[in-house]
Amino acid sequence: MSNIIDLKLFELVEKIKKKEISSNEVTKAFIDRSQKSKKLNSYITENFENALQKAKQFDEKPDFNKKLPGIPLAVKDLFCTKNIRTTAGSKILENFFPTYESTVTQNILDEGGIIIGKLNCDEFAMGSSNETSFFGNVQNPISENLVPGGSSGGSSSALAAKLTPATIGTDTGGSIRQPASFTGTVGLKPTYGSCSRYGVVAFASSLDQAGPMTQNVKDSALMLEVISSYDNKDSTSVDFKRGQYLKDLNENIKGKKIGIPKQYRVDGMPKEIDELWKKGMKIIEDNGGEIIEINLPNTNYALPTYYIVAPAEASSNLARYDGVKYGFRSKGKNLIDMYEKTRSEGFGDEVKRRIMIGTYVLSSGYYDAYYLKAQKVRRLIKNDFDHAYKKVDAILTPSTPSSAFKIGEKTNDPVSMYLNDIFTVPINLAGLPAISIPAGHDKSGYPLGLQVIGKAFDEQNILNIAYSIEKNINFKNNINDWWIN
Amino acid sequence: MDKLSKENKEYLIKRNTNEYEVVIGLEVHAQVLSESKLFSTSPTKFGSEPNTQVSLVDAAFPGMLPVINEFCIKQAIKTGIGLNAKINKKSIFDRKNYFYADLPQGYQISQYKNPIVGEGTVTLDLPNGEKKIGIERLHLEQDAGKSIHDIDPNNTLVDLNRSGVALMEIVSKPDLRSLDEVNSYIKKLRSIMRYLGTCDGNMQEGSLRADVNVSVRKKGSKELGTRCEIKNVNSIKFMQMAIDYEANRQVDVIEEGGSIDQETRLFDTKKNETRSMRSKEDAHDYRYFPDPDLLPLELDENFINDIKKNIPELPDEKKKRFIEKFKLSPYEANILVSDIDTSKYFEEVSKNSDVKLATNWITGELFALLNEKNLEITESPISSKNLSKLINLIKKGVISGKIAKTIFELMSDGDKDPEKIVEEKGLKQQSDPKELEKIIDKIISENPKNVELYKSGKDKLFGFFVGQVMKSSGGKANPQLVNEILKKKLN
Repeated sequence: MSNIIDLKLFELVEKIKKKEISSNEVTKAFIDRSQKSKKLNSYITENFENALQKAKQFDEKPDFNKKLPGIPLAVKDLFCTKNIRTTAGSKILENFFPTYESTVTQNILDEGGIIIGKLNCDEFAMGSSNETSFFGNVQNPISENLVPGGSSGGSSSALAAKLTPATIGTDTGGSIRQPASFTGTVGLKPTYGSCSRYGVVAFASSLDQAGPMTQNVKDSALMLEVISSYDNKDSTSVDFKRGQYLKDLNENIKGKKIGIPKQYRVDGMPKEIDELWKKGMKIIEDNGGEIIEINLPNTNYALPTYYIVAPAEASSNLARYDGVKYGFRSKGKNLIDMYEKTRSEGFGDEVKRRIMIGTYVLSSGYYDAYYLKAQKVRRLIKNDFDHAYKKVDAILTPSTPSSAFKIGEKTNDPVSMYLNDIFTVPINLAGLPAISIPAGHDKSGYPLGLQVIGKAFDEQNILNIAYSIEKNINFKNNINDWWIN
Repeated sequence: MDKLSKENKEYLIKRNTNEYEVVIGLEVHAQVLSESKLFSTSPTKFGSEPNTQVSLVDAAFPGMLPVINEFCIKQAIKTGIGLNAKINKKSIFDRKNYFYADLPQGYQISQYKNPIVGEGTVTLDLPNGEKKIGIERLHLEQDAGKSIHDIDPNNTLVDLNRSGVALMEIVSKPDLRSLDEVNSYIKKLRSIMRYLGTCDGNMQEGSLRADVNVSVRKKGSKELGTRCEIKNVNSIKFMQMAIDYEANRQVDVIEEGGSIDQETRLFDTKKNETRSMRSKEDAHDYRYFPDPDLLPLELDENFINDIKKNIPELPDEKKKRFIEKFKLSPYEANILVSDIDTSKYFEEVSKNSDVKLATNWITGELFALLNEKNLEITESPISSKNLSKLINLIKKGVISGKIAKTIFELMSDGDKDPEKIVEEKGLKQQSDPKELEKIIDKIISENPKNVELYKSGKDKLFGFFVGQVMKSSGGKANPQLVNEILKKKLN
């Protein structure tokens, strides 16, 4: 069965349920390919032996009522996994083994999923290219020395290279959608409050949200069904009725009103992206949807707002990594010296940069001018969306202002790196759901994505719109396995 | 200072011809009485083995999130009601950021700009009348763990059992003016919280501690002087010592032409002095901001009203009732209501016996006994049931007050039933007029000389006859009857 890795997640589920293939066969196939793909550096921690054991156990006592019956999955290394090393891509957690399981990965385990490894990511999810990871760069399977996006870069790389049939990432400002866009895959950031943050290493608490990364929209619906749940261990988890996203998935978008925000036409955006956007609009109109120009006037302020709010929260969230209780500790002459050395050596440059920004914007005398102002602007950005949603059912934009760039191209220019998130951060600030789907290629043949943004808790709607676009756009990833000998 | 605390006269500091008034405000940290911590399910029991009451949340493991303990919220609201304070329908939890080894999160979750409880008042019962002290606010926050520096010579050890335990910080207005008022204020707060069951008020175990703000100003001045904050003082005595030292220090500085720097100071209990800890310039920048892991706390009217409905009678109301219903003096009522357990004991005794006698016996003999044995009233060797029996024996004339004291002593050994003691020891009062007449006749016939003297006008000898009769009856004769019969026989 050499074609197991080419099967979609939902096909694997069907075949296992029909007993056409075993969990062991599937697990082995993805592990075999993962082992041949070390050059991509997608994994931080492999859990292969344990996963194979679990697969055998599943086959001995299969439960076909599960949504992920014996399905192997690798997940971003930001999710705490019981007895499996969890690093958040940082030296400071290099040898950290949680004694507990994040709610999202527990949901996967409860539905029969098997964790085959932990995937590389930017350190504490801070980055847009996976270049800030303590465990090294990750290769985009699309082309050598191309970044896979970030921060869920190990996830996008492993998914596009078919080392895992699906994966999960986290998205604070675009960390699922941007890497999905860079690798020709589907990335969904659910509404804030859909997926529990319990056991997810925190970057910016008011923005962080876990979500599925998959080969196609149908798989995304399936994964969302598995991981979205109300959790009383997370005070920001929302107790709403979760949909049957897979069952209710359909491509009928007749009568749907789709907004096009003019503020997303930014200067210097490649022509291909604009053309792709128009293609998306046409597909929507051809399928009975209606395109409506909308106004999101505060879009320009989203990026600066994000780069105040996110570092502010991060500076506080990362205070717990102090060498006292767990994780890396450097020797010091006294407590303060130990703190300083531990954190200087344990954190990488980007993390330190953001801790400093965050500390600065919360400092007395600066709080009002930065943090408080940013919170006010955040409210205005949310109001923009609320206003737009009086007229439209969803919004269509490009996912990113450019395609994947070369490794090292932007590492010395953080602002240009931050600009990558320009289309994705407003959605996190507003707490809305959005999905990025592959829609075409640029002139170098690198994938480009379109983003469908929905109303809060209206994941079904954006899944359906994305499903319709996917059916009509005929996207195919050009991956030639260059990294395998 | 002892003298001051007894007389409650104006607390002024004199230097040369100047008189200074001392202005005091307290920030009391009261540990919420609750089974589990403010944001985790770990138990809060005091005195457990180090680091045995610590959850992943308390130790701030990656990805762990705070979940608010509804019971602690109710306790804070209850306390707010007890302080006659405004309950804020919306309050916000903030992070107070600083690094310390016993602060696992690297921040304390507290309430900064929007506390759960706003302004209120506490009424002090002072010897010269009542005084109202303003409450600025009450907010909820997490306690830190404990750093232990004196077990290991080379390392500091950390115990996280206390990490995350709920505290109420109760901030007073700068309305206190003397050491007695401080004493009275702390005791009143403690009393109110013990009535409500929201804090056990145990200062030895650290359930109640305070930061003390002190400033001085020339008598008559309306402006507040620059204040110094004395951190973390854990007994009333130490608070008074610290204030007295600090106020005198400030007066000395001013008298020498200097000015007070706003700073945080520490009280050294061994040397009885305060020392500078850090100046305003060195003050931490705590970078407060709303905790994004917790939504704003919104309370609806019904939630607050349900708590209001179940507020027990508080010391001020109880005092009023005791005065009106039992005709007690304000002084007596104060003594009986200040401690909830004393008031309970009193009500149990007085329910079944004479109120006046109950008051006297509790505040007199019983308090003396408890004091001597260093016991709380809940550990009283004499139960309320037996004390009321004793009082009834007195009231019915079965025993005299003097015999009662003997019986009281016997009762304290194993809570014996006074009725049984009276029976066993034959201590019943002799109240049969015929029997008494017999004794009296005998005494009269044995002392013809004194009878003569008495009749010739030496009235004082009446006491001699009473004494003889009592002696002859073994102290059991009913003194009132003895008086009556003697008078009849001798006149």
